[in-house]
Amino acid sequence: MAERILDVKNLKIDFHTYAGDVKAIRDVSFHLDKGETLAIVGESGSGKSVTTKSLMGLLANNAEVTGGSIMFHDQDILKKSEKEMQNIRGKDIAMIFQDPMTSLDPTMRIGQQIAEPLIKHKHVDKKKAWSQALDLLKLVGITDAEERIKNYPHQFSGGQRQRIVIAIALVCYPEILIADEPTTALDVTIQAQILELMKELQEKIETSIIFITHDLGVVAGMADRVAVMYAGQIVEYGTVDEIFFNPQHPYTWGLLNSMPTLSSTKLEAIPGTPPDLLDPPKGDPFVARNPYAMKIDAEQRPPFFKVSETHYAATWLLHPNAPKVTPPDEIIRRRQTFKDIMAHKAI
Amino acid sequence: MRKYLLKRVFYMILTLFLVATITFFLMKLMPGTPYSNQQKMTAQQIQIMNEQYGLNKPMWMQYLIYLGGMLHGDLGVSFQFSNQPVSYLIASRIGASAQLGIQAMIFGVVLGIVIGSIAAVNKNTWIDTLCTILSIIGKSVPNFVLAVLLQFYIALKLGWFPIADWGGFSYTVLPTIALGVGPLAETARFIRTGMVDVLNSDYIELAKAKGMSRYGIVWHHALRNSLIPLVTLIGPYTVALMTGSMVIENIFSIPGIGEQFVKSILTNDYPTIMGVTMLFSAGLVAVILLTDIIYGIIDPRIRLSGSGD
Repeated sequence: MAERILDVKNLKIDFHTYAGDVKAIRDVSFHLDKGETLAIVGESGSGKSVTTKSLMGLLANNAEVTGGSIMFHDQDILKKSEKEMQNIRGKDIAMIFQDPMTSLDPTMRIGQQIAEPLIKHKHVDKKKAWSQALDLLKLVGITDAEERIKNYPHQFSGGQRQRIVIAIALVCYPEILIADEPTTALDVTIQAQILELMKELQEKIETSIIFITHDLGVVAGMADRVAVMYAGQIVEYGTVDEIFFNPQHPYTWGLLNSMPTLSSTKLEAIPGTPPDLLDPPKGDPFVARNPYAMKIDAEQRPPFFKVSETHYAATWLLHPNAPKVTPPDEIIRRRQTFKDIMAHKAI
Repeated sequence: MRKYLLKRVFYMILTLFLVATITFFLMKLMPGTPYSNQQKMTAQQIQIMNEQYGLNKPMWMQYLIYLGGMLHGDLGVSFQFSNQPVSYLIASRIGASAQLGIQAMIFGVVLGIVIGSIAAVNKNTWIDTLCTILSIIGKSVPNFVLAVLLQFYIALKLGWFPIADWGGFSYTVLPTIALGVGPLAETARFIRTGMVDVLNSDYIELAKAKGMSRYGIVWHHALRNSLIPLVTLIGPYTVALMTGSMVIENIFSIPGIGEQFVKSILTNDYPTIMGVTMLFSAGLVAVILLTDIIYGIIDPRIRLSGSGD
């Protein structure tokens, strides 16, 4: 079994606001193994970004971790001081942000921006740091890197800037790379290039990736495992095949069903809106939007039911006493494909 | 870049010409004459004096004569200060004013940046509130009140610095503080506002994600990006201070130019008014050009094409 480098257990995070305490993360657990890519999927406000910010110790001032632990190797990140976190950030855990147009300092040469973490963490002198920055710039595919290293961010296109942001994140060869919707702000062709680059670099640098996205299409090609988040909780997790082709939670069904396919004539959507986390529902948070909801969904939060060694889903539908329901056509079609995949794997 | 500079210099000269023209005619519209006791003078005396100073010629001719003189660097002769040439008058007095102005700006801007940054980093805490209150006090207390207080407490009671007069550096300390508190307060507010915005931006988040310390981020990333609005402010401010502050120069008996300027207006000393106005305008247009160049140094996005490196 692969080495486990990150283990998040029962994480709870509240945001103190004037309106009350927003329970943004409610009992989230997941883990990350060496070299793998975990995708965290969910709609806006589901708590994906808050989760990853807590891994970096970069939560907003009004956020409070009210429970749980984040074990990075054998140390709890939540117990680290700000000073200790500064030594982990950028060195062991690095991050790529959503919008490359705004995530680079407009008044600093990009060479310096890439070299900065090296100077801070590896204590190399400026000249050596710049030469390593140059290597990395070449690695992320910036042509004419010797010249361009002296340029400022506004002299690059969006795709190039995201490559530079990736270079900054990888310059210290971090163990974990958190990518928070790294392709959302890019157009589709550039998206594909950036994803390809990330996969390529992951192999070279042997880093694990936590990939935050709301775009399931991106997940399919990137991730080894997927965790689906809803209203501050993980509702289902499993390998990418399991989530895509054998989903169990009605929310995952809804997400997959709302992905356009070549044959779809109408774009499906999940009706309704996520619950207000100021006062989260007692039972399954998806109950109000769930066409398959049962009485117990409103009363009691479902535990995780095991589907396979790697696949768990928190829905009462998996309870032995639950009635059999027929998922949407699209899901039935996908499950058929899953059988084929499994059969193929068995051979 | 050279073409751009030439163009700018041309516009500067044009601006100065317009300023000279407008000031000249506005000045002539002022009531009164340069003679302090005109009632006692006979018409003949006035006639002779007017001839002597060229004030009997038609207005347009006076204007052309003045412009012609200015092109040769001749700013005329002061009516009231023992008939000294205006250029000499300015040259002998601008030094003290300029030194004081520059010292006050350095004092105010440097300290203002520090205070503003501290306030921004500690946004919405008591430190921020304290900095805000101090800035408001600094901006709203007139500098002559501060000057007198400094004289009384620091100079008279404590005896740390001379009360007034103009000698070595120690004579400049109190007037520098009195003059610098205004720009200090304003700088602190500008930096605080600018930096709060900057500190919320994505690249600061990225800098945090790199593991940089709070003050490392302020120094390396936030400060430079917050400076642009400040540069706009301090250019003209510096010129205004350098060309003299009448009140402060009066209180501290500093032989500066501010006092003379006011006197020259009160006495219709036309050549001195023109001379000081032209000096101030020249300083201002030069500083505006300088400001534009500094913009480019601070923020590469503003840099002119072809002047990149």
